[in-house]
Amino acid sequence: MTWQIELRRVGKVFNDRPVLRGISASVCSPGAWTILGPNGSGKSTLLRIIAGLLTPTDGEVLYLRNGERLNAQQRRQAVGMVAPDIALYRPLTALENLRFLARARGMHLRDPQLLELLEQVQLRQRAHDPVATFSTGMVQRLKLLTALVHRPPVLLLDEPGSNLDEAGMEFIRLIVREQAKHGIVIVATNDTREMDYGEPLIRLGA
Amino acid sequence: MSRSSGWAREAQAVFAKDCLLELRTRVALGAVVLFAVTSVVAAGFALAPPSGVAGDVKAALLWVVIFFAAVAGLSRVFVVEEETRTADALRLAVSPVGVFVGKLAFNTVLMWVLCALTVPLYLVLLEAPVVHWGLFVVVTFLGSTALACATTAVAAIVAKASMRGALFGVLSFPVALPPLLVAIHGTKAAWMANAGWRAAIGDIQVLVGFMLVIVPASLLVFEHIWSD
Repeated sequence: MTWQIELRRVGKVFNDRPVLRGISASVCSPGAWTILGPNGSGKSTLLRIIAGLLTPTDGEVLYLRNGERLNAQQRRQAVGMVAPDIALYRPLTALENLRFLARARGMHLRDPQLLELLEQVQLRQRAHDPVATFSTGMVQRLKLLTALVHRPPVLLLDEPGSNLDEAGMEFIRLIVREQAKHGIVIVATNDTREMDYGEPLIRLGA
Repeated sequence: MSRSSGWAREAQAVFAKDCLLELRTRVALGAVVLFAVTSVVAAGFALAPPSGVAGDVKAALLWVVIFFAAVAGLSRVFVVEEETRTADALRLAVSPVGVFVGKLAFNTVLMWVLCALTVPLYLVLLEAPVVHWGLFVVVTFLGSTALACATTAVAAIVAKASMRGALFGVLSFPVALPPLLVAIHGTKAAWMANAGWRAAIGDIQVLVGFMLVIVPASLLVFEHIWSD
């Protein structure tokens, strides 16, 4: 199955201030790409537009599966996203967060299966602890797991390595490499350690 | 591993998650029950002896307590997702219809819990003269459900506004007033020996009609508000 994301002259204006102007690009599975640019250049905004969390002021973003355009519901099913401003439910445990997001995505996973998934991100021992008690790295690993639980063909990562140590960075590199074998990965970053995650797709100015 | 889709399943997941969060934090239930019980007990003492208070005043007072308790707790159901930055996780995973229906179900159950705790206490402390018990239960059930629909609709509209508190009050007034007035009238009918079902049938129809209008209308608006 071939997946394609097409950005057609995408623009975004916040309170009369243009953040993005006329951005056009196209990516096709399999592969990984990066959106580069300094802080405040609009990387996160562009990624949010690609995810469908923001509506562009101008232009449009198309999702195509074998050349056929997807609707909003199909696009939601096709995307997994991790970003610093997308939080998990802190009073709930890792297992409860994963269970909720899997069920919401229509995945019928039993607790042993969910625990197995938590094992893959080395969180099985903490499965029954509230997310509020987790370190930054543990939260990031759980976020990645919840973003991938429905096996989306498109993975969007916004500064995935922020506040992570070398082991955490290596874990993300592994995820990106695996996802890029069959789907699309787009990483927005200005961290030099993350720039080689994929081919540069768009460079945004300040 | 299998997969299914549909807003009903999404709504069920959102409802279960909200119930779990509420059991863990008790934020909404605490606010609602504390307000309602305090108001009822205060009214019980202030209006002693309650036998001297007219039935229509007691009916109005009951629904004022329920309404303000609902506003205290039910209005935060969407705001809390924005404040804890979990709204985008929800947007990515659940359709707007699934989110709204799940939140509406949670608010409705919260409202029923509120009524189950408050109404018996109110009836005892204020010696409410219930004559037609069946009608009273039906009006209380429909009135509380209609108020849950109204407050959920307004909560959804103001969730992304900056002046949420003030806006919620302003918008709640016209939306919640019709079911509130009708519920008061229906309750009075249940408390009068010469009234009963025949006097309240119009109230029941209005409450059901209100819910049939407000829920689809809210869904239409919510899809646009929630998405951006």
